[in-house]
Order: sequence, then C-alpha cells, then structure tokens
Amino acid sequence: MSDPNVQVIGEAAAASEPPVEKIKNFTMNFGPQHPAAHGVLRLVLEMDGEVVERADPHIGLLHRGTEKLIEYKTYLQAVPYFDRLDYVSPMCQEHTFALAVEKLLGITAPPRAQYIRVLFAEITRILNHILNITTFALDCGALTPFLWGFEEREKLMEFYERVSGARLHSAYFRPGGVHQDLPAGLAEDILGFCDGFPQVIDDLEEILTENRIFKQRTVDIGVVTREQAENWGFTGPVLRAAGVPWDLRKAQPYDAYADMDFDIPVGKNGDCYDRYLVRIEEMKQSLRIMRQAIEKMPTGPVVVDDRKVAPPPRREMKRSMEALIHHFKLYTEGYHVPAGETYTATEAPKGEFGVYLVADGSNRPYRCKIRAPGFAFLQGLDFLSRGHMLADVVAIIGSLDIVFGEIDR
Amino acid sequence: MTAALERLGGYVAAAVPEAVIRHSVVKGELVLDVRREAIESVCRFLRDDPECLFKLFVDLCGVDWPQRTPERFDVVYNLLSLKHNRRIRLKLTASETTPVPSVTGVWSAAGWWERETWDLFGVMFDGNPDLRRILTDYGFEGHPFRKDFPLTGYVEVRYDEEQKRVVYEPVKLKQEFRSFDFLSPWEGMDRVLPGDEKAS
Repeated sequence: MSDPNVQVIGEAAAASEPPVEKIKNFTMNFGPQHPAAHGVLRLVLEMDGEVVERADPHIGLLHRGTEKLIEYKTYLQAVPYFDRLDYVSPMCQEHTFALAVEKLLGITAPPRAQYIRVLFAEITRILNHILNITTFALDCGALTPFLWGFEEREKLMEFYERVSGARLHSAYFRPGGVHQDLPAGLAEDILGFCDGFPQVIDDLEEILTENRIFKQRTVDIGVVTREQAENWGFTGPVLRAAGVPWDLRKAQPYDAYADMDFDIPVGKNGDCYDRYLVRIEEMKQSLRIMRQAIEKMPTGPVVVDDRKVAPPPRREMKRSMEALIHHFKLYTEGYHVPAGETYTATEAPKGEFGVYLVADGSNRPYRCKIRAPGFAFLQGLDFLSRGHMLADVVAIIGSLDIVFGEIDR
Repeated sequence: MTAALERLGGYVAAAVPEAVIRHSVVKGELVLDVRREAIESVCRFLRDDPECLFKLFVDLCGVDWPQRTPERFDVVYNLLSLKHNRRIRLKLTASETTPVPSVTGVWSAAGWWERETWDLFGVMFDGNPDLRRILTDYGFEGHPFRKDFPLTGYVEVRYDEEQKRVVYEPVKLKQEFRSFDFLSPWEGMDRVLPGDEKAS
C-alpha cells in the first residue's frame, strides 16, 4: 500500500483477536485522482489479497449534462460539444453528429467535403491510437513510447490547427460539409507525414511488441471472447481483438469510405495484447486511407450550396443583401430541422459512436442521445478484472481506451 | 434496403403479434413500437431468431414528452445485428410510476444504460439487479433530463473554507439563463407612425 492514491477502506481482522487465521476481503478505493484511472474513474475494488473479486466503477464525476445542454442550443452551436466528449478524437464525433443532422435535413455533403472528412477522421484515429497505445504502455511501465508518441500527436494537431484554427476543439465538421477548404500546401504536408510516420510505428513496435515485460503484463490479461463482447455491447478495437471483423467503415460505409481500400485487423485471443496489436495495425491502415483520400480528392465546394443550411462566402456577404440576411439568420436563429428521428453511428477510434437525434421541427434538437463506446467497455470492467491482480486492472483499463469525456458526457 | 427492412418488420410483427403494436421504416431505419410488458420476450426473440440475430445491444435511452398523458416517456432501444448487418429500433412508452421490464437478462450490456435512464429520467426498470444512480452526484435529487428540470439545476457546490468541506447551496446566477424564442413570429409595432395613414 505504498501508493498514496490507493487507500484502504476496510482493514483486515483486528490484531487483538485470538490467533485464528481469519480471511477478510479488502475493499479498496482506486481513484478518482489516479494517473492510471485515465481521468476521473472511481473504482471500488473488493480484494482477496491482491486478487480482484469484484470491481464497481463509479462514474459521473465528469458529467456535464452535454445532452441536456444541446437541447438548448441550435444545431450549429451543438457541434463544439462533440469535441468535448472524447477529447482525444474530436473530429470523429463531430462526424457522427454532422451525418445525423444531414440525414434529418435530407442533404449530402459535396464529394470534396466527404474526402476531407475521411482524411481528418483518419488523422483523428491516429491521434487517438497514439495516445491510447502510449499511455497504455506507460501504465505497464514503459515511459519512452509516450514521449515519442506525443511528438507525433503534436504534428497531427498542427494539421488540425491549419485546417480549423484550433489544435483540439476544432468544430470543423459541420452539418452540410466542412467549415473551410484545406489551406494551400496542407495536403502535401500530410503526405509528408504519411511517409515519415511508419518509421515511428516501427519504433513503437520495436520497443513494445516483443518486449518481455510488456507481454508479461498484457498477454492473457482481460480476455474477451466473441460471445462476451456481443453480450456486453463492445465495439471497435475491443470487438475486433476478439476476432470479429466488424468495422462500420466497411459494413455501413458513410461519406467516402466506400471508395477507400483498406483492411480490418482482427485479433485472436481478445486479450490486452491483441487490442494493442489491433490498434497498431489500424494506424497503418489509417495511413493508407489518408493517402488515398488525398490522391482521390476531387475539387469543388466543401459545403452544400444551400444558403438555408450553410453560410454564404465572405465575399458574397460584402455585396449581397440576401447573403447578409442569410448569414445573420444562420448564426442567430440557425436552421430548422424537419421533425423526425435517426440513430446514426460511425466508427470512432474507440468503437461505435452513435447519435440518436430527435428533431421536433424547431431550430434546436429535441433530444440528442450520445452513445459512447467507452460506456460499454467500463461496464464490462467488472467481469474483465475478476480474478486478476490489482496491477492487471490498470492494464485492462489502459487497453480498453477509456476517456471520461465521452463516458460521463 | 428499405424493402428488406419492411419485410423484417412484418416478419417480427407476425412472429410476436402480442408484442408489436406497429412497425415502420423511417429514413431507412426500422422502428418497432412494442408493448411495455412484452419487451423482454420481443428482445429475446430478436436476439435468438436466425432471421434477426440482433446480438449487439447498442443503446438505450429515454425521451421525455411532458405534454403527453398518461405516459410521458419514450424508452428507445437500438440494436445491431452483426450477422445481417442491420439495425432495429424498439420504442415503448412509460410513465413515472410504471416500471419497464429490464432486458438485462437478454443482454448484460443493458444494465448501465437502464441505470442511466433511471437516473436521468426516473423511468423504473423492473428486474435490473443494480438500479442505482450512475451519472449524477451521490445523494442527488430529481431526474435532470426531464424537460421540466431547469437547465441550471437547483443546487451548486463549492468548497467552504470555514467548514473545510464541500457544501451544497441553492444555485445563484449572476445573470438569468437566457433562452431566446425563435419560434414566435416577429411582432411589429402596434402604434401607427405619423404619415402612415397616407400610405393606406
């Protein structure tokens, strides 16, 4: 119990009792302020010695009521809330919301916007996977990958900044397309990144994949079978590591994913190590998709040509009265979405990220339910950690890719 | 795609006629309105029937329609079939006092989503083994996602230096929360400006 963040709540039998061997379970409080909790996870662990008998995650410490806040905002004002859910993969979540609103409005983004979205969704996937793999390795005792990975993340966030003006909370994917076209030279720089990044993946793999300590910590830990994954609603890399070749980008392609050629990596054993391997391979596939997206990207507009949904260009606003009125109405009242409902899901880096959107014909969503993949993973933590050691719980949490922004919403 | 979903809806409605009130395909998504009492049996059928195989429980949520009586809540289930690559949505209605049978026996995943819906809407789930609050604070009162719950809430917390602990106080806002009404048409001036009488 040298870790100051782990406090013992119930102590074992008192010392004054007769010298009879008495075994009593510990109840341990893990977090909510603990570096391995990946945020504000409070985990109440029932321990038999160092073996976990039951894990009860207490969540909600980061609950901000995003879904309720969205009900009081226009559709456009709701976009930035999606950046703040899973704050390491912001654009993928905007993507889901944009697609859901587009479905209710009955519009489709122009081809160039679809390719830009695919390009940046894959940049986001790499961004997310670098963070997950390296912090997972950190939890298992390897600090170096973390330092290397964050350098690459910074490069990717620079692409974010160049395209949207913000490193993290970009608000770039809007219903109807994307906010701005790519600035000159960005596509070439992204291709340059695609050339250099495989070397970084190789470096990461060299330090981790055959690392004895890393394998001792991850192989056969937190095994998820196919049946368990389905029963507990797991999606994304966790489902694929269990051997299910399921990826919404292939199964239910959205935007330009139907034109992309890529493979879906699957695992064999469904343990922490397989989840790591799946993520490594997904980064390589993401690079393939990014290259294709840039090479095949058509020219043309990046947002629908409908002044009732998308704002007019700046230069038009200087000359046209109607353009100015449209701009004013869009940024105050917003657009009205016809009554209806949809469940739209995309393959976010962590798994299936879904938005159940109910519109009542006004300019605000009536209800916007956000389906976060991490919510299901954390629910499964109890069965995953049962019978494992305390230190394995940390490895399991790391391999599940848990971020509290999306779980607590 | 729509025709296939239509067919599937008809197939389910014919197989469990006592449970399904209505089936429809809206915007390419299959929606079944089901009877509350029969939700567990229809879920079991949807999971196990070889034509359906909705083995993945994706999402469960509540929707509040406060004007609707007597059952103000919709409870919405989203399911996914990996085998047939299809989605389905089940909807049922509930009130504050009518418990919805839990589907945790069909998919373990439903547990936390039912807890969430209980926490945020106050819909009870009969048979859920662990129906505690999940997202709100320990000791929270009320169900915040109901439409009649104010966005700003009722209490706020701060650390009290004298008592050396976190205290709860009624929420005090420096500025009222502003909610703009964009739905009412603009109202013009009721006064007639001097000279206007010449225009008519």
